[in-house]
Amino acid sequence: MKLQRKNRLRALSLGAVAVTGALALTACGSDDTGDTGNGESTAANSAIKCDDAKGELLAAGSSAQKNAVDAWVKAYTASCKDVRINYNPNGSGAGITNFLQGQTAFAGSDSPLDAEEIAKSKEVCKDSQAIDLPAVGGPIAVSYNLPGVDGLVLDAKTLAMIFNDEIKTWNDEAIAKLNPEAKLPSTKIQTFHRSDDSGTTDNFTKYLKAAAPENWKYEGGKAWEAKGGQSANGSSGLAQQVSQTAGAISYMELSYAKDAQTVKIKTAAAEPAEATVDNATKAIGEAKVVGEGNDLALELNYEPKTDGAYPITLVTYEIVCEKGNKAETLAATKSFLNYVTSEEGQAILKDASYAPMPEEIITKVRTTVAGLS
Amino acid sequence: MDISTQDAPVPPPTTTPTAEQKRAARGATRPGDRIFLGLSRGSGILLLVIMAAIAAFLTYRAIDAISADEANFFTAFEWEANSTPPRFGIAVLAYGTIVSSIIAMVIAVPISVGIALFITHYAPRRLGGLISYVIDLLAAVPSIVYGLWGALVLVPNLKGLYGWLDAYLGWTGIFSWQGLEPRSLFAVGILLAIMILPIVTNVSREVFRQAPQMHQEAALALGATRWEVIRMSVLPFGRSGVISASMLGLGRALGETMAVATVLSPNFLIEASLLDGGGGTFAQNIASKFGEATETGRDALIASGLVLFVITLLVNGAARMIIARRKEYSGANA
Amino acid sequence: MSNVVMDKRPSTLQGARLPRWTPWAVALGSVGAGLGISAAAGLDSKIQWALIAALLFVLVNYALGVKVEGSRQAKDRVATSLVWVAFLLAVIPLASLIWETISRGVKVLDGYFLSHSMGVVADTEPGGGINHAIIGTLEQVGLATVMAVPVGVLTAIYLVEYGRGRLAKSVTFFVDVMTGIPSIVAGLFILAIMLQLELQPFGFAGSLALAILMMPVVVRSTEEMLKLIPNELREASLALGVPKWRTIIKVVLPTSLGGITTGVMLAVARIAGETAPVLLLVWGSAFINNNPFEGAQASLPLYIYQQYANSAGNAAAYDRAWAAALTLIIIVMILNLAARGIARWKAPKTGR
Repeated sequence: MKLQRKNRLRALSLGAVAVTGALALTACGSDDTGDTGNGESTAANSAIKCDDAKGELLAAGSSAQKNAVDAWVKAYTASCKDVRINYNPNGSGAGITNFLQGQTAFAGSDSPLDAEEIAKSKEVCKDSQAIDLPAVGGPIAVSYNLPGVDGLVLDAKTLAMIFNDEIKTWNDEAIAKLNPEAKLPSTKIQTFHRSDDSGTTDNFTKYLKAAAPENWKYEGGKAWEAKGGQSANGSSGLAQQVSQTAGAISYMELSYAKDAQTVKIKTAAAEPAEATVDNATKAIGEAKVVGEGNDLALELNYEPKTDGAYPITLVTYEIVCEKGNKAETLAATKSFLNYVTSEEGQAILKDASYAPMPEEIITKVRTTVAGLS
Repeated sequence: MDISTQDAPVPPPTTTPTAEQKRAARGATRPGDRIFLGLSRGSGILLLVIMAAIAAFLTYRAIDAISADEANFFTAFEWEANSTPPRFGIAVLAYGTIVSSIIAMVIAVPISVGIALFITHYAPRRLGGLISYVIDLLAAVPSIVYGLWGALVLVPNLKGLYGWLDAYLGWTGIFSWQGLEPRSLFAVGILLAIMILPIVTNVSREVFRQAPQMHQEAALALGATRWEVIRMSVLPFGRSGVISASMLGLGRALGETMAVATVLSPNFLIEASLLDGGGGTFAQNIASKFGEATETGRDALIASGLVLFVITLLVNGAARMIIARRKEYSGANA
Repeated sequence: MSNVVMDKRPSTLQGARLPRWTPWAVALGSVGAGLGISAAAGLDSKIQWALIAALLFVLVNYALGVKVEGSRQAKDRVATSLVWVAFLLAVIPLASLIWETISRGVKVLDGYFLSHSMGVVADTEPGGGINHAIIGTLEQVGLATVMAVPVGVLTAIYLVEYGRGRLAKSVTFFVDVMTGIPSIVAGLFILAIMLQLELQPFGFAGSLALAILMMPVVVRSTEEMLKLIPNELREASLALGVPKWRTIIKVVLPTSLGGITTGVMLAVARIAGETAPVLLLVWGSAFINNNPFEGAQASLPLYIYQQYANSAGNAAAYDRAWAAALTLIIIVMILNLAARGIARWKAPKTGR
């Protein structure tokens, strides 16, 4: 009996230690991480108007714009400390679903809403509808692992044949013709594509379909349709495969391809275009607005004529209600989107390997954001 | 731990005469007994209600998807659930899930039993205790870490083994290899085996530890070797426990998501060779397709989850039957 | 053990025996031969030479046993070598896994990392911490455990001690089904309820899904442990006039406490690593939120996954992911040790 009491005491004290530990943990925790970044000033930015924005702003969607949102949030929160923006990069489809279910203030998506989704949005937007606001773009780099071969040049037709398993080795004639200078090895080409559904796949295959319709006969969509090739999960999975497999080639957002070689794409222009942020902005400049009214859905031009324009790009939309946004989050949503589309908001994108929207488009977006209610 | 103070809904006592008689026969007439029986039966019923609700929810959503499916749900080799009209089938997923789990079980169960025996009957006691802790710790490694380790460490090291299998067993067709990255069902099976080792080992260890000491000593006294002791008194005693442990492991292997998604190179083909190409598993496919799924797409994924349910059920049912047949060995009132 | 004594005193009753150092010599020899053969054949994979060495070890032990000691002893030797080989085969990958996690995890793991949240630090930048994720994981897993363990243990008691008839059969049936639920499906189920009630994501919703995932594991392992308790123990207690419920609480449960604790800790370990339901129901957050009943929360596995998948392959994010993984393992290990300690104090001494 005595022994048992002692044990109970011990168990109790152990429990006490655990509880105090947990309390200490919660008490010591701090959200103040502002000045631990890369030395970049996070002082209040005069361009950011907080108005009366406050509270938690939930948003979800495309993981392709995650790092752009991170950069925006960091700058924005430094000025508007009462707002907590919580962006969940769970995928465009899930983001739109969350938005249509009324869980989030806005969604991020790699592709504009389709008719069915717009029809559904009338429920959550009360008498109004959801609109697409293009806010950030980026080049999709084609990265490869071929030691000794720098600055590989490919065109749409060759890319389509490579990813379609028609060109099987790196010293194939088609590739050699585009790269007369390079010493191409006879290594087998190992193509990698996304195993998960993705807006990146969608945009990459749309490019192949638009620029090489003869060689790429698939319907297109977020899932990879061509047979053959290997796959990996997410852009980080692809980047990892390319870095460890000799002869590999794959497509991913530019920021994932930083440490790898990227292909220059030969377009209608004189010089092959390199995958850079500026070149992507040039290509997006040739996009047409196809949305109706305040909906600014774009149709990208995959065969840009501008000099240096890089044709494989991706545009991410922020999706909000035109009218009838939730009253609690309207102020914060407007204030944040105002910042995002402002000159400052667009300017910081380049550091994060994203492309700012061309002037013409972003001006339209700004006007629309100002009119949200 | 004082179980009786935990609150669980108390169900109304059943009043059919048979139940009454049974209860009386078991001596559950005292108030304490009645409350305790009520609590434990209540928990069982609660569990039943939750599960029935989930099953109903899944079936409801799945029926929508399957009726919209333009392809054959069971035999189609494609997953275009987001397009209109949706076309999807589970053949590849079912094959991949079952095959990778079988590989995992074939590798993991014997090794786990070996380690469990090592801990309880072979290793010096202190070493055994230490290993127990390490194995417990491994059960705590989150699956995404297994995935990262699998992709960064395991897969690059598998190339040699793949080449070897191809050279000596390639003629069987099952082990032929074209030389692609070794991210196939076989690699997934090996990774899953490593993942479920701790679970199967832990439960088996507890079971072997409970094996009656008297039987073992008696066998030793008759001059049995250590192996004979284990074969005659420890293994038969632990058989049902090991099967149960394996089922727990299998449950994890069947439903494993992130580790499989990181290591496998999925495609919608069934290949004869385990070393070539990918295939896919239910959980991996759900995780991969969920983010960009439309409403029908989601329902289609849920329908595939329902099939996983049924498979788990069949496997568990088979295991229950095996255990039931071996019941005479267990020392309790099971 | 007994052979130690025997070896010193040769007896006519004792058959010929191999010297005690034989297994070690054979082990050394086979590792050497494994390396040699691999080098000669130009095999570069570590997996191959380990397999060759293991095979040699077992075969040589058997051959020696048959030659010197006879077939019964040889079988014993094979079993012993197989058990050792199993142990080593498993240890190598597991040790590699732990090594990778620790060596990569310690880089950024310090007081600052543990006491700060990510706050406004972008995932591609260095800095930030995991305090928010630790709190989220502890609260969500804690609440799930508080819900799932009593229900699970009581259900197991019902199945083993009382359960007869249709109810017990259907409970067993559904527990079996439950072991195979993919975690995302449990998440979707709770999400459907949340949408009906128009709730925003919060920590407790995640706990509910985790509890669903945890219950079957607890039931199955507890059931197995309770079945192992010899009937004699129960009968002895009942014969003394102790009511059945007291017999269960005072005799049956304490005797199987060690096994039940192991089962519970396995279940905790499993749900502590779940990403999918947390992503759906708790949403994830970069800020500290101490209240699991309101507002989005983070969790360690979700944090690890997001740092890995959405950080554009950034080195700082990978370091954070490994450090968070190490932290998660350490947390579960501490819980595990505590639970085992309590179980040891409470359980009757068995002498084993």
